[in-house]
Amino acid sequence: MNTKDSKSLHERVAAHVRDIPRSGIRDFFDIVSSRKDIISLGIGEPDFVTPWHVREAAVFALERGATSYTSNLGLPRLRQAIAEYVQRTFGMVYDPDTEIIITVGVSEGLDLAVRALLNPGEEVIYHEPSYVSYAPVITFAHGIPVPVITTPADAFRITRTALEEKITPRTRLILLNYPNNPTGATLPRGHLEEIAAFVRERDLLVVSDEIYAELSYDEKHTSIAALPGMRERTIFLHGFSKAWAMTGFRLGYACGPRQLIEAMMKIHQYTMLCAPTLSQEAAIEALREADRDISEMRAEYLRRRNFIVKTFRELQLPCVTPTGAFYAFPDISSTGMTSRDFALRLLNEENVAAVPGTAFGSCGEGFLRCSYATAMDDLQEAAGRLRRFLERVRS
Amino acid sequence: MDELLKILKKNALETPENLAAMLNMSVEEVRSKIAAYEKEGIIRGYQAIVNEDRLDVRSVTAVIEVKITPEREGGFDRLARRICRFQEVRSAYLMSGAYDLLLFVDGRDLQEVAGFVSEKLAPMEGVTSTATHFMLKTYKHHGLLMESEDEYERLKVTP
Ligand SMILES: Cc1ncc(COP(=O)(O)O)c(C=O)c1O
Repeated sequence: MNTKDSKSLHERVAAHVRDIPRSGIRDFFDIVSSRKDIISLGIGEPDFVTPWHVREAAVFALERGATSYTSNLGLPRLRQAIAEYVQRTFGMVYDPDTEIIITVGVSEGLDLAVRALLNPGEEVIYHEPSYVSYAPVITFAHGIPVPVITTPADAFRITRTALEEKITPRTRLILLNYPNNPTGATLPRGHLEEIAAFVRERDLLVVSDEIYAELSYDEKHTSIAALPGMRERTIFLHGFSKAWAMTGFRLGYACGPRQLIEAMMKIHQYTMLCAPTLSQEAAIEALREADRDISEMRAEYLRRRNFIVKTFRELQLPCVTPTGAFYAFPDISSTGMTSRDFALRLLNEENVAAVPGTAFGSCGEGFLRCSYATAMDDLQEAAGRLRRFLERVRS
Repeated sequence: MDELLKILKKNALETPENLAAMLNMSVEEVRSKIAAYEKEGIIRGYQAIVNEDRLDVRSVTAVIEVKITPEREGGFDRLARRICRFQEVRSAYLMSGAYDLLLFVDGRDLQEVAGFVSEKLAPMEGVTSTATHFMLKTYKHHGLLMESEDEYERLKVTP
């Protein structure tokens, strides 16, 4: 195809899709994946394999011939197990018949929620640095992403003041993600109550991506949906990718008031039909029998967090102590380099990959996302290389 | 269980510096805690886990079920301790069920183990019967698989 044709094809792509920039992560991935023998702190998924008994449940389901569709909302047994899990873990009560939908990861849950709730031109406030999907997913739904900047001074917590500055008559939704990717921040109950009060006063809805809920290190996770008056205005998104180490199963769920779940279901039934059946079978086992696996993985992440935070301190890279998820977000601006330059040089000179903070929004400039879902040996080796790199850069 | 012990049980070679970082302790604290565990006999030793099937040495391991008569004073313990003193006995456990002691016994070959059973173990006063099983292959030992499978690789960078 000649360039003239390909140009015209490019122009035929829907404008709101065409205008979305290439993901900073994909961009970086292309550079990294051509390299051998690197230590990667750039991986946003557990380094653990799914606990064996969960994999075994999937194998068993396959043997029994669980190869057909499930109902659109998902297997009733799984929705029942989710209702029980969500109640015992977070304290919210949802009706498994009408208030829970099984999705293809939190990714789909997020897309469904935004598409089901937004009219074209309506605004969604979310906090940056943020997970890479939020702004694009809002744009695909013809909504307007309105980022609120969070900073180390506030431990990357969203504040009521910031929300007040950004709210307009077109604001429809607030999208929250705590524990947070990429900062590792959490929102303690007191802060959460402030945000909830604001949401109630302004009569907004919340979509809360709590995919890292179980990976909270300092205090037990509180869901915003568990606060007074919030259940009826919150879509709670959760999934199996992180705490259960099940990313490849592609399974998540949304819980919320019946009318909202029904609206999400409408989109899901015509675009996805149902989530993968084998994954749903495995998830039943995961919800009922994996508490111990989760707490062992959490203990391991916590040790690594302590190690990596101490490393950054020693290297004089300021870093808010992450209290959740498995990311640290150190400030590298003292080196005088941009995030991208820092990440590229670290990769080229020391074979260590980490993601430039700018992949998570422009306010991520000056930061680096380092995932500690990385084996301790590799973390130790990476720490040594980072030390050497900084000595060179600073001398 | 103490976090320090948990980590050491997985990797006894972890350095005090790394342990200190992982546990938010000082290196000195880590060292003295380990010393205390050793002194109290809570840490009994440190050993490498070797896949002996891969070595070119002739050796066998037998698992032996032993029935013994408990004594009026001391129950099974006195006899069990005597049995443990044989250096052929690698591990020994008191069991519930059809027999009393389960022994793991190492030897150069079948004859050597058979000799141990018939000449040393079975004739002991209080031992009423033995049943010997030879191990053919080790798949997993102390929580470790003896053959590593190829790991399914993660992408190098993901969101
Ligand atoms: C904050 C956040 N939300 C959602 C996802 C996507 O999760 P899933 O695998 O359930 O689609 C991720 C994965 O990195 C994430 O970090």
